[in-house]
Amino acid sequence: MTVEITSPEPDGDTLLSVRDLKVHFDTSDGVVKAVDGVSFDLAKGETLGVVGESGSGKSVSFMTIMGLITRKQAHIEGEVVFRGQNVLDMPADEMRSIRGSGMAMIFQDPISSLHPLYKVGWQIVEAIQAHEEVEKKVAWERAVEALERVGIPNAPQRARQYPHEFSGGMLQRAMIAMALVLNPDLLIADEPTTALDVTVQAQILSLIDRLQQEFRMAVVLVTHDLGVIAEHADNVNVMYAGKLVERGNRDQTYYDSHHPYTWGLLQSISRLDEKQERLRPIKGGPPSLINVPKGCSFHPRCPYRFDPCDKVVPELVEEEFGHSSACHLSIEEKKRIFASEVVVSS
Amino acid sequence: MSVQARPSAGEAPETAGTPLIKLEGVKKYFPVTRGIIFQQHVGDVHAVDGLDLELYPGETLGLVGESGCGKSTTARLIMKLMDVTEGRVYFDGNDITDLSPRDMRPYRRELQMVFQDPYASLNPRKTIGSIIAEPMRIHGTVPKNKQKGDVQELMRLVGLNPEHYNRYPHEFSGGQRQRIGVARALALRPRVIVADEPVSALDVSVQAQVLNLLEDLQAEFNLTYLFIAHDLSVVRHMSDRVVVMYLGKAVEIAAGDTLYEYPKHPYSNALLSAVPIPDPRKQRNRIILQGDVPSPIDPPSGCRFHPRCPNAQFPKCSEEEPLLEPHRPGQFAACHFPLEDRAVITAEAAEAAGAEVESAVKRSRTTRTSGKSGARSRKPRS
Repeated sequence: MTVEITSPEPDGDTLLSVRDLKVHFDTSDGVVKAVDGVSFDLAKGETLGVVGESGSGKSVSFMTIMGLITRKQAHIEGEVVFRGQNVLDMPADEMRSIRGSGMAMIFQDPISSLHPLYKVGWQIVEAIQAHEEVEKKVAWERAVEALERVGIPNAPQRARQYPHEFSGGMLQRAMIAMALVLNPDLLIADEPTTALDVTVQAQILSLIDRLQQEFRMAVVLVTHDLGVIAEHADNVNVMYAGKLVERGNRDQTYYDSHHPYTWGLLQSISRLDEKQERLRPIKGGPPSLINVPKGCSFHPRCPYRFDPCDKVVPELVEEEFGHSSACHLSIEEKKRIFASEVVVSS
Repeated sequence: MSVQARPSAGEAPETAGTPLIKLEGVKKYFPVTRGIIFQQHVGDVHAVDGLDLELYPGETLGLVGESGCGKSTTARLIMKLMDVTEGRVYFDGNDITDLSPRDMRPYRRELQMVFQDPYASLNPRKTIGSIIAEPMRIHGTVPKNKQKGDVQELMRLVGLNPEHYNRYPHEFSGGQRQRIGVARALALRPRVIVADEPVSALDVSVQAQVLNLLEDLQAEFNLTYLFIAHDLSVVRHMSDRVVVMYLGKAVEIAAGDTLYEYPKHPYSNALLSAVPIPDPRKQRNRIILQGDVPSPIDPPSGCRFHPRCPNAQFPKCSEEEPLLEPHRPGQFAACHFPLEDRAVITAEAAEAAGAEVESAVKRSRTTRTSGKSGARSRKPRS
């Protein structure tokens, strides 16, 4: 795919640029095409929301960008340019220096991301000392400060506690503290609130918002929750079966979406703000990534498929400024269907 | 509990007839012990702590709350998968609290459960056919030679291909497995189905399929559901009435629409406001509760919500335990200082007011950007 993607950039210059990224895993059942040609740009200070169902490749693509999936584990193609350097070809020790101060990642399940036998404070100290030559004492002070910044009460005492003494929300705060202690330019949050209760989710998301403004960093919010994206993202990537199927700013995604899969997602969710008579689910289930359907991988579930859909793979095309989609329907047709059949807001 | 009719408010939920399931002051404590050989009893986890609940024929009662509030324990107590510490459980007017497993059997035919995790609740070494037929076998409701036909009929009913009768659970996706779980629950033609987080393990596009299926089956077989979920949007979609639980107690009970539009308990309100709405133009004021749910081993005195409550007034809230008081028809809230109507401008309320949508959104935006701590705009609608 050679598509030029110009995204509306809040802060002007590009921080991360991904071109035609492919991540394929060899398994005994065949090649799993977890990510299959993904291209997008991320500007400094931008919040990018990434939506998709399980197996759509959203986590794998960002783990590859972070250098957590390497050529040793998978067949990787394409380009990931971060602050002007292609990180995919970088030797491991250089990549290490980018992780931490360049980009940091937090995961869905904080309890399994922290070592159970080390005090929370020491784990943050370890993260600092892995990247900077500072004395333990100084690093400890910085760790406590970081815990304070993410709203952990009694941080000096809490730093001396073990992960099991923290609640889920507090652990996620500690993870965020660890990720931000080196002031990265990019924070990748992979389903950061999926394991948390909704009131705690609200706390964590507002914390991420606040820290983002404080540190002027870019945030990637990987989630399956369209509500979270609606509130926090500037731009939205919709992924399906390892491909980017739609990319646009938030309003384009919610009020003028150009891809039937996004329509299906918007229609199938239960909503708190409206009484719905009946949900309109997408039929079928996500495809196997070993045996992806021919042509458009969404065609077996798509109610609008027509002649070329099961033969030709649709390219991601920018149809409006900053708004691209990969679908064979003409833009007029898409606008008509969206306006008449997909009701998002009353 | 008597329902007081109030002239101005909306319709009362249908709660006529004898409740199919009734809980009276139900408590479930789990002992906390210390030591390995001489186990010292040092306290109790108050998982469910004095719950009254009525489930009427044909309705869907939603049960919401954060993790640890006792939702799943309640389900297990109703199913008698656990014994209550105190209180009574009635099924269709009969006290089933102290029944032995053998005496419980006839009731199990009426009362079935759908579990949360479709991966863990199906035996991986049995075929789908034998999983769905198992209840029939145990209860002897269907003669052996007819079982296969009945199972295939059930499979068709829940949207599975009957030809997959001999397949194993691992050959199915999450959504299909949950359909198998539903088919198994239906095998005895029960009157009540307790669904404990039936869709939370599924992808969004598949959740809707299973929710629609549950609705269709309810209409077809006149089922009564106790629907447990932490996702308030899903609960709103499914339920006629909703019970909001906090630390083992019901803090508010109301018809779904009443609860979502006029929450009386500050906790219900905070819970509702925390749910992100998938519509960028409909963002609201958010009440962000401080801290976490306190430990159920030593729950707070007085009102259990008082340490996190934005409206708590001391010493009343920390000393006196509030009881469920009637508000609108069918609405009960346990709070000393219940919220006034329109205390919160919800999206629906603004929408009901038609032209107010814009201004409500604007208002919420301005309060948001100015970063004022006042999370709630107390303006009554004028």
